[in-house]
Amino acid sequence: MSRQPALDLSPQVSDEIRKTTCYMCACRCGINVHLRDGKVSYIEGNRDHPVNRGVLCAKGSAGIMQHTSPARLRAPLRRSGPRGSGEFEEISWEEALQTAVDWMKPLREEAPEKLAFFTGRDQSQSLTGWWAQAFGTPNYAAHGGFCSVNMAAAGIYTMGGAFWEFGQPDWERSKLFMIFGVAEDHDSNPIKMGIGRLKERGAKVIGVNPVRSGYNAVADEWVGITPGTDGLFILSLVHELLRAGKIDLGYLSRYTNAGFLVNGGEGPEKGLFLRDGDGKPMVRDRRTGKPVAWDTEGVQPDLANGIDEDGVTHMPVFRHLADRYLSDDYAPEAVAERCGLKPGRIRAIAAELARVAFEEEIVIDQPWTDFRGQKHDQMIGRPVSFHAMRGISAHSNGFQTCRALHMLQILLGSVEVPGGFRFKPPYPKPPEAHPRPHGRVTPGAPLDGPHLGYPLGPEHLLLGDDGAATRIDKAFTWENPLSAHGMMHMVISNAHAGDPYRIDTLFMYMANMAWNSSMNTRAVIDMLTDTDENGDYVIPRIIYSDSYSSEMVAYADLILPDTTYLERHDCISLLDRPICEADALADSIRWPVVEPERPGHEGVRGFQSVLLDLGARLGLPGMVNEDGSPTYRDYADYMVNHQRRPGVGPLAGWRGEDGTGKGRGAPNPGQLKRYIENGGFWIDHIPEEAQFFKPWNQAYQDWAVDRGLFDAPQPYLFNLYVEPLRKFQLAAEGHGEHQPPEHLRGRIRENLDPLPVWYPPFEEDRIESADYPLHALTQRPMAMYHSWGNQNAWLRQIHGVNPLYVSRKVWDAHGFRDGDWAWLSSANGRIKIPVALMESLNDDTVWTWNAIGKRRGAWALDENAPEATKGFLLNHLISELLPARGDGLRWSNSDPVTGQAAWFDLRVRIEKAETGDATSQPAIPAQKSPVGRGPDMVAYGKEWTK
Amino acid sequence: MHPAPSLIIFTTLSGLGFGLLAWLGAGALVPTGWVGFVFYALGYGLAGAGLVTSAAHLGHPERALKAFTQWRTSWLSREAVLSVGALLLMAPHAAGSVFFATPLPVFGWLGAVFCVATVFATSMIYAQIRAVPRWHHWTTPALFLAFALSGGALLSGQITAAALLLALLAVVMVLHWHFGDRRLAEAGSTPETATGLGFMGRVRLFEPPHTGANYLLREMVHVVGRKHAVKLRVIALLGAAVLPALVLAALPASHLAAGLAIALHGVGLMASRWLFFAEAEHVVGLYYGRR
Amino acid sequence: MTSLPEKTDKKLGLVIDLDTCVGCHACVISCKEWNTQGYGAPLADMDAYGAHPEGSFLNRVHSFEVTPDEGPSAVVHFPKSCLHCEDAPCVTVCPTGASYKRAEDGIVLVNESDCIGCGLCAWACPYGAREMDPSEQVMKKCTLCVDRIYNDNIPEEDRVPSCVRTCPAGARHFGDLGDPDSDVSRLVAERGGMDLMPEQETKPVNKYLPPRAKDGLGETDVLAPYLDPVTEEADGFVGWLDRALSRI
Ligand SMILES: Nc1nc2c(c(=O)[nH]1)N[C@H]1C(S)=C(S)[C@@H](COP(=O)(O)OP(=O)(O)OC[C@H]3O[C@@H](n4cnc5c(=O)[nH]c(N)nc54)[C@H](O)[C@@H]3O)O[C@H]1N2
Ligand SMILES: Nc1nc2c(c(=O)[nH]1)N[C@H]1C(S)=C(S)[C@@H](COP(=O)(O)OP(=O)(O)OC[C@H]3O[C@@H](n4cnc5c(=O)[nH]c(N)nc54)[C@H](O)[C@@H]3O)O[C@H]1N2
Ligand code: SF4
Ligand code: SF4
Ligand code: SF4
Ligand code: SF4
Ligand code: SF4
Ligand SMILES: [Mo]
Repeated sequence: MSRQPALDLSPQVSDEIRKTTCYMCACRCGINVHLRDGKVSYIEGNRDHPVNRGVLCAKGSAGIMQHTSPARLRAPLRRSGPRGSGEFEEISWEEALQTAVDWMKPLREEAPEKLAFFTGRDQSQSLTGWWAQAFGTPNYAAHGGFCSVNMAAAGIYTMGGAFWEFGQPDWERSKLFMIFGVAEDHDSNPIKMGIGRLKERGAKVIGVNPVRSGYNAVADEWVGITPGTDGLFILSLVHELLRAGKIDLGYLSRYTNAGFLVNGGEGPEKGLFLRDGDGKPMVRDRRTGKPVAWDTEGVQPDLANGIDEDGVTHMPVFRHLADRYLSDDYAPEAVAERCGLKPGRIRAIAAELARVAFEEEIVIDQPWTDFRGQKHDQMIGRPVSFHAMRGISAHSNGFQTCRALHMLQILLGSVEVPGGFRFKPPYPKPPEAHPRPHGRVTPGAPLDGPHLGYPLGPEHLLLGDDGAATRIDKAFTWENPLSAHGMMHMVISNAHAGDPYRIDTLFMYMANMAWNSSMNTRAVIDMLTDTDENGDYVIPRIIYSDSYSSEMVAYADLILPDTTYLERHDCISLLDRPICEADALADSIRWPVVEPERPGHEGVRGFQSVLLDLGARLGLPGMVNEDGSPTYRDYADYMVNHQRRPGVGPLAGWRGEDGTGKGRGAPNPGQLKRYIENGGFWIDHIPEEAQFFKPWNQAYQDWAVDRGLFDAPQPYLFNLYVEPLRKFQLAAEGHGEHQPPEHLRGRIRENLDPLPVWYPPFEEDRIESADYPLHALTQRPMAMYHSWGNQNAWLRQIHGVNPLYVSRKVWDAHGFRDGDWAWLSSANGRIKIPVALMESLNDDTVWTWNAIGKRRGAWALDENAPEATKGFLLNHLISELLPARGDGLRWSNSDPVTGQAAWFDLRVRIEKAETGDATSQPAIPAQKSPVGRGPDMVAYGKEWTK
Repeated sequence: MHPAPSLIIFTTLSGLGFGLLAWLGAGALVPTGWVGFVFYALGYGLAGAGLVTSAAHLGHPERALKAFTQWRTSWLSREAVLSVGALLLMAPHAAGSVFFATPLPVFGWLGAVFCVATVFATSMIYAQIRAVPRWHHWTTPALFLAFALSGGALLSGQITAAALLLALLAVVMVLHWHFGDRRLAEAGSTPETATGLGFMGRVRLFEPPHTGANYLLREMVHVVGRKHAVKLRVIALLGAAVLPALVLAALPASHLAAGLAIALHGVGLMASRWLFFAEAEHVVGLYYGRR
Repeated sequence: MTSLPEKTDKKLGLVIDLDTCVGCHACVISCKEWNTQGYGAPLADMDAYGAHPEGSFLNRVHSFEVTPDEGPSAVVHFPKSCLHCEDAPCVTVCPTGASYKRAEDGIVLVNESDCIGCGLCAWACPYGAREMDPSEQVMKKCTLCVDRIYNDNIPEEDRVPSCVRTCPAGARHFGDLGDPDSDVSRLVAERGGMDLMPEQETKPVNKYLPPRAKDGLGETDVLAPYLDPVTEEADGFVGWLDRALSRI
């Protein structure tokens, strides 16, 4: 044997590490960015960071390729060819900003609603919302309406928070974890870390998903449910648990409105809570049999019996609930087939839930005191936890399905207990603690309040005197009264139709609305390019901010180019969507770890800074000083010095002159420095006694007030029964001064039930099921972020094309073979796509990876990139409107409660395509690239190797 | 395996060249003067061209000399050493024959042994690779040797020997296919053993790791249609062995007949070599749902 | 250097938990970014923004579907990099000595400055763990992050391979499989860690932990007692409820 070469086993890794926050998705992990010769050389997870504790996903590691992407914009652009052509000329920032001001200023003075400002999944909604409010337009929202508002709203109305970013399973203690309809989620790394920890402890995971990939692949049990039927399945589990008495009655009577008496008398109060003179809901006290205010000292709410008054029986919520779900309609035998399951399977899962919740109870010896002043020696937990996301929310019955799931967790007593589901501060936060929606416009002045919120009854809808929608997206109308996140998916369609009115300028930020985030992509492209009889665009002006040469860029008139995430300040704020964990309050920043240089071009600027600059130029209140000078130099200045309420600003850490303030305190000029020194984040742990039972835990409530989360303690009970929904039903039944239009009465009565209900997805009702026998879904690929991952030289090799996966049943029935193509049709259109076989799939479901298909010429890719020639979007088949019913009305393809886009209601038919041309259809002609095409070869790091 | 033209050319040319040189070295014929020059030039030319193509196949031909160092373990290194050895050892014999009409049989014999050894080493480069079960079998060296010797015999005009060796070649070719077709199954490698998941059930690739191509797939996963393969086998067998043998047996010895036999043999050899690579399945294909 | 060491002092390697791997490809990209700027030539990508992108990677994640005779199929995500075999055929075939197995820890490496790019080692590897760099034309393979695991410039807790450090699910474990008391050896023993293609007789150091048995709840009624109805009594569910409430 000869000698081994001598290796340098301790090479210097880099010159410097700068710690900031990842932005390759909304998970917001902490990253260590290694720099060598001033260039990014390696990105790894920050071990100290509460979100990811050192791990990093594929997208995060591929951040280098995102940051160096050839598709990055370089300068402000003014459209020089027709919309959609991609022809632009570079202009100066001064010219760009002046153009925007020239367009917007007259609107503000005369009709602020003619500016519609909609943003994507950015993390500065507290800034953008504040800006839009100052501008005075009611037309502002972010992407939540097409994303997961069903989950959010169902959670807020039921228990003051949902899964998603509002809370998480108690990964350390849970023994049974059930996950519904999740491919990836926003909490990407934490869910993976959590599943890993469950597995380490031998805890069981049950995956409910028509598709068995990803999290469902590692699940111990797979429930391959038929799409859109989770509500039925969950209510059947509830049926079984109730029958067996496997519910936590103590928990229900202490922490929920299970005991609230529901008015049984006919008339305008029917179904509302019986209230005492102070307006407090009443319960029947078991000690006396008398109705008393729910929070009466020592009260023992009766969940079993009601009271009789004037010949009318007022039953407690729980009796209504039990009566409904004990019905045979919810027996496993009655629902199983519809759900694509076996009755025995439903029963086995119910039994396992019951076993773990009640036989494996866990106890922590930690005394705590509840809001009633009662002391508890221990914290008792039911170690079953749940998580769910778009698989149950992106359906037209999603709100009620999410409600059903929240109800199930509550019945098991597993919310905010050890081993169960835990809120992340600033949640829990009940609907009452959120604002109401606002939409009153005064030209030249700010809006009357924040745009978005949680209506508590018909009086909170945003309707004009004529009953017409106040907002361009028709959020908060009878069509979708609780559209708490707005309805971004309706903006372009409504603006094009001039319904409810015409707008002038569409201002968008970070949402690829001409492509993957729109339903009906082809039609949206037509709307964006449609002209009136004078040859003017029907949507007159479009301003857009993107960082990259996306599809949407080509459809805008003025482009405000943003930086990439490593080049700017950002603030992941408690006022917005912070990075808190169940046991800690936390927020974080991004800061320019490298300079946003685009040599030879005008350069790019952080959008938030640009927005503040625009605000100052427009003279918006709060953004300009008396002398006309801008209040904030840039976003960094705003992050430190802006105060929403006295002492409460965008960043909660190191407040006060001396930097000791937590949550509250005067602005601290050295605040950003402290964040940077600490790795880009701030964390403050919740005291031990406040860790669980947060809505009812005195210590938690006091701590939350101290940290500025709210201004006074606000304990509350969970809403098994959601009274505001009943108020809408009452209106539909003809009661009250606010009345819905006739055509909506029926569906409000049926769908806005105060107790969870299940009804078939709307699309199914509008088509002949035999014509479109299959359900079609998309899933998030873990290694790709929406449309913007495919410009990434590394990630695009993993997901460069997306076949349609079909079940064995469909595969055999159509005689498909490897490499085949098929035509896929829905009531809305027809696309041609490659097919592939998946056996671990619900028989009647087909699916594909989301947002892989690209328009030719976009993203600095070759026009023959596989993403454009073989990749495809399912979006062409999904309409923002339901198939016409012949009633002359436009029925949106949304949840009737929240307006959530019903992406996953899609029904399709598949046919084998003729062999030959292996190109996906529709093939939209190429857009010109304002940034050219990427280089042939990437050999990143070459200068440092050898 | 990818039937790379450079590899096919290299192995066929060098095989023929060393085969011819082996016959010359062994003294089966002792051409001198111009005739000798033509024979040796052909032998050296074929062998040398093969070596040059093989070097061209390298990512770093400029470092080719390093390939002489690992003869203790590596058949590729051995091949390099042996081939140069063969060419060097043969040189005095060749030079003696051509320029001085004085063959030096000791060098000739040694050279011949090295030539045969070189061909054997070449064959062992393939035969040693367990990951390609079709190759990992005694019929691989047998095939290479049979080709080199029969081709060499043809080129050197050894009619009787050639006819016999061609018959042998036909047998070896058939045996190589016969055993080869069962090798993967015999090796026992399946998607189930590749993943260790056989205990759960039947294993099938669901998604490849990347939708983009990669080196492994290009280099090691080549799928030949069955019909296509049968056709080529017939061509290979007829061309390489059966027809040349018939030509030798049926036609009176002449340059024309020899030329015809050699041409047929060449065509068959190329077809056989193409199949040798194209039909060889690397077990890595099991990870890619392809064989 | 192409002879294999008689024995190595340690057997450093990876243990990959197929029960936990969610197929996120984090390890793939982390490996790429570490190694493209580290050991040897960068891992180039050709036609990076074109119609046929193709680059070298040292670790790739496959997904397999396994169908039992009875019951539902399952998907198994399956990361694969060099297994640092004890009887590494890739080493002995190398004509230049560029491929070698380190005597001290068993890591199989390519000394790129000696590599002639003949590709033979990649042929010899049954697992597809070696890829020729398309630009530099030298053989690339997993280095087990040899430039991390002993690196004094890296905090001690981070001296693990890049892919291990990054794996969100904790499905990748690194350690000495030659030491029966190491964490990884214990895991292998407890969970029945397995070799890939043992019939190839490469004696891989890396081990795979098999997925645990799935779908065990089935539709059986072992659990049925947990669902015994409370409503046997004449007064039904409400009667039960009433009694149960008086107990809390
Ligand atoms: N078929 C189908 N369609 C869907 C879904 C589905 O499940 N199925 N899901 C829907 C959901 S939930 C969502 S959230 C949407 C997502 O859809 P989009 O919000 O449109 O998501 P992206 O494609 O990521 O587009 C975001 C845009 O932001 C740009 N961008 C990236 N980084 C920056 C930055 O730092 N600054 C600025 N200014 N711009 C930046 C990107 O280049 C891109 O053009 O898709 C929806 N569409
Ligand atoms: N890597 C990556 N991460 C992301 C994103 C990304 O693009 N890439 N996008 C981010 C965004 S904007 C969002 S909104 C989140 C969304 O995160 P997810 O909620 O995980 O969203 P989807 O990928 O749409 O997954 C929906 C899942 O529900 C299943 N499903 C569909 N219909 C049904 C049904 O009726 N019942 C059940 N039980 N399951 C069903 C689908 O099979 C799929 O697995 O992810 C975020 N995180
Ligand atoms: S999950 Fe991945 S992409 Fe998202 S923030 Fe974390 S590391 Fe970045
Ligand atoms: S990072 Fe971990 S979970 Fe993700 S693919 Fe790799 S091994 Fe699997
Ligand atoms: S896995 Fe392949 S490359 Fe790695 S040591 Fe084994 S044979 Fe060699
Ligand atoms: S490619 Fe390089 S490492 Fe591999 S066998 Fe050839 S010389 Fe050795
Ligand atoms: S050990 Fe290092 S080189 Fe090997 S796969 Fe992991 S990251 Fe890549
Ligand atoms: Mo979303």
